Amino acid sequence: MSTNGKGTNGNGHKEILETSVSAESDGDSVARSVAPPPAKLTKADFVSGQEVRWCPGCGDYSILNNVQKVMPELGIPREKIVFVSGIGCSSRFPYYMNTYGFHSIHGRAPAIATGVKAANPELSVWVITGDGDALSIGGNHFMHAIRRNLDINVILFNNRIYGLTKGQYSPTSEMGKKTKSTPMGVIDYPLNPLSVAIASEATFVASSLDVDVKHLGATVQAAAKHKGVSFVEVYQNCNIFNDGAFEYFAERNVRSDNMIYLEHGKPMIFGKNHDKGIRMNGAHPEVVQLGSETGLNENDLLVHDIHLKDPSVAFMLARMEYPAFPQPVGIFRAVERDTYEDMMTDQIETAINKLGPGSLEKLINSGDMWTVE
Amino acid sequence: MSTVIENPVEQGKHLEELETVTIRFAGDSGDGMQLTGTQFTNTSAVVGNDISTLPDFPAEIRAPAGSLPGVSGFQLNFSSQDIKTPGDQPNVLVAMNPAALKVNLADLEDGGTIIINTDSFTKENLKYAAYETNPLEDGTLAGFRVHKLPITTLNMNALKGNVELSRKEIDRCKNFFALGVLYWLYDRPMEQTINWIHEKFAKNREVMNGNEIALKTGYNFADTTEVFTTHYTVKKAQIAPGKYRKITGNEATAIGFIAASQLAGRPLFYGSYPITPASDILHELARHKNFGVKTFQAEDEIAAVSAAIGASFTGHIGLTGTSGPGVALKQEAIGLAVMTELPLVIINVQRGGPSTGLPTKTEQADLFQAVWGRNGECPAIVIAPATPADCFNMAVEAVRLAFKYMTPVFYLSDGYLANGAEPWAVPEIDELPKIEIKFATNPENFMPYARDEETLARPYAIPGTPGLEHRIGGIEKQHLTGNVNYDPENHHFMVKLRQEKVDRAANDIPTVEVFGEKTGKVLVLGWGSTYGSIASAVEKLQREGKSVSSAHLRHLNPFPKNLGEVLRGFETVIVPEMNLGQLCTMIRARYLVDAVAFSKVKGRPFQIREIVRKVEEYL
Repeated sequence: MSTNGKGTNGNGHKEILETSVSAESDGDSVARSVAPPPAKLTKADFVSGQEVRWCPGCGDYSILNNVQKVMPELGIPREKIVFVSGIGCSSRFPYYMNTYGFHSIHGRAPAIATGVKAANPELSVWVITGDGDALSIGGNHFMHAIRRNLDINVILFNNRIYGLTKGQYSPTSEMGKKTKSTPMGVIDYPLNPLSVAIASEATFVASSLDVDVKHLGATVQAAAKHKGVSFVEVYQNCNIFNDGAFEYFAERNVRSDNMIYLEHGKPMIFGKNHDKGIRMNGAHPEVVQLGSETGLNENDLLVHDIHLKDPSVAFMLARMEYPAFPQPVGIFRAVERDTYEDMMTDQIETAINKLGPGSLEKLINSGDMWTVE
Repeated sequence: MSTVIENPVEQGKHLEELETVTIRFAGDSGDGMQLTGTQFTNTSAVVGNDISTLPDFPAEIRAPAGSLPGVSGFQLNFSSQDIKTPGDQPNVLVAMNPAALKVNLADLEDGGTIIINTDSFTKENLKYAAYETNPLEDGTLAGFRVHKLPITTLNMNALKGNVELSRKEIDRCKNFFALGVLYWLYDRPMEQTINWIHEKFAKNREVMNGNEIALKTGYNFADTTEVFTTHYTVKKAQIAPGKYRKITGNEATAIGFIAASQLAGRPLFYGSYPITPASDILHELARHKNFGVKTFQAEDEIAAVSAAIGASFTGHIGLTGTSGPGVALKQEAIGLAVMTELPLVIINVQRGGPSTGLPTKTEQADLFQAVWGRNGECPAIVIAPATPADCFNMAVEAVRLAFKYMTPVFYLSDGYLANGAEPWAVPEIDELPKIEIKFATNPENFMPYARDEETLARPYAIPGTPGLEHRIGGIEKQHLTGNVNYDPENHHFMVKLRQEKVDRAANDIPTVEVFGEKTGKVLVLGWGSTYGSIASAVEKLQREGKSVSSAHLRHLNPFPKNLGEVLRGFETVIVPEMNLGQLCTMIRARYLVDAVAFSKVKGRPFQIREIVRKVEEYL
């Protein structure tokens, strides 16, 4: 496994360097493109000295482990990486990363990250958040940071429960769920984080599983490579307050039937025997059986295309839910759009070209002036 | 046509000299009274008068035409003497409609002059203004000098046939007709305004011509009509030689923060959500991107301050601006900046509260909110400019303190300072204070919560600095290491340390100056925009030989070191505030002085005479 990982990661590293150089040739930073490539770091370089304080068995460990593993592959020096979080179990994350980190206040991480990225576009900025942090108290910032398309990476740990406050329902908890604050069951309809992200015009939207480390690593890496906002929802098990919440599709022996991995350019096939698929029936997706009985083969299926400008298909896929559909996991959408920080920099450059670099002397000596002799 | 634009000819009318005049322009919010007032102000400044203004407009963009809530006013005080306020009472009221008359008449001085647009005194408008009978006929205006002018008709006659404008468009020029009348009446040149019209309406020649003709016709009409037999002149004020600029508080605030950014050599990041009366700061800063200024119109107040904190963390000058309700939303994030010990400046252009309160009116009731308004022991530095021009100096001061002490600084302006204007003696760049921002760069023995011996500030290590990677956050941190720490002794120590750090800023700010004798019967202590009224009142009483001094606080947390000693030098300390006695409570608690609160919470600044009367009670 580790050898295998190394090989893939090596290629990934090269690709990232190429992307970052081409981005710089757009006029971002000349200095960085001529600097020698940074010495290759290892996972250990990204482990901070802090004792990790999540409950034993928490899905957060796997996510931390994978992010630390992916970091060296990005080819970004540690000092140029910033992790920003809000409040909740997941938001302790920055303390465990040996990078710059900011554990902020509940729901505000996307707004703080906006300031960080806008102030210094050269930084690699990561937002670590949870279902309550991002979609409840921070719903507004989540939506607006996404629509602005800053080149930041948002990883949402969705465990469908409030863990740090010990077991109240969250905005992604299912209807009827009995929790400490809903002894008779939840009566608010849940939000689907993926459809919120797509509706907020996210340019990169993906989901992954804490229990599928290979997929998780690759997804985090793809998110990091995307220029523009990247949103990754990770289904994360809270073994204390919501144990097994995602077992119905994430558990190893049901995965192939109850879950579908989205792969760009491939027909949407799933099932233990690769004999089921998703096809379009008019404007709606449907599950079909492949084979001689139905006469359907993979040519009849929907081919996944993450680059569609129109978000409708991505949205439709994000709405597919077990048991009517297999739970879709993977990249839903990856499209290009100018980033907020680039446009902000462009406006400043345009203003300087038009008006010249700001002169304080001229600024204070303008307006309605007169001289007293 | 040629007759209306000829140069005015003096017809031997009497010209009388006045020392000081206060005019209030009042009309419907669509009548252009703010523009008229601003033009009169600019011209008066340029001819060398000292000036001070008080715009007063409704919260509604366009309340129903002719209604009482729709009245917009602009008060201007211009003088050949040194003045510090827009004047207690107007000497002249320009009333463009019945509602404007009704709202403003009570403020006019006895025997004052009223210039009325009689055309607007229709049955319908009288009803809107809740006049049962016509005040022009029923004796309401007895005791005033009333000039009744059919301004709408005169303006229409002057423009009709001379410009390609609709009747409605012609009507919109009538404020320039009124301005022309006032220019003649107070012996002002028209050039300044004509130039402005040419520039402003360069792309719309008909509107340009219309306004220019209206202005000149108004002037010539006043000169020739028998309505006016006398006009007045106000000589140049004795102002120290130098370059001057007319500036409002919001302009000075914006320019001041750009200056601070230039002086510090770091880019300015302004996160803000539109709110009255602070939005003009956002507009002004957004115009100056060539200074590297980054303006961010956030989704809400919380995002605005959070982004500013993110920018500060990254080495920019993180600034957020709002009014009282916005500060209420930002407080949790400000607490985060206190806890993480990041520099941050919060502009609060205070307005009437609580809640939405009086959005367009002034108040000073957010002092407690700034000093004590967060959870936990959460000290912040608090400063306040005293005049519109002082906003520039205090903006630089706010940035200096925030970065030197690595802590949030509140900058308390208010609606009166924000929109009021005065002459600003434009400083020389090399006279401005330098702002030194020190970044940590040495990884050897780096500790994110180590302390500067003098200021107790922690090192400023920004992302991008190799070897200084560290984590900050809202959870209590261990002294020196910055690791998460719940130890009771450490928390007690850190709480005291954060307080001590803010307290030490007192070593770094000017002592409070006493205007007048250092001891005596009464000290009038003020802060913020009450400066002009207090100083004028105390100067008046001092000229009468009374034992009164004044002092003005620009630093409110910490207080200047000599404040206790200054207070103890007087039998009585009176604190006029546009709140229920917030500074008064603070100095009573801190210095155990039996200070007297003098409160006025009416959305309007103190009049000089109100303060004079209050002080007289204690003499």
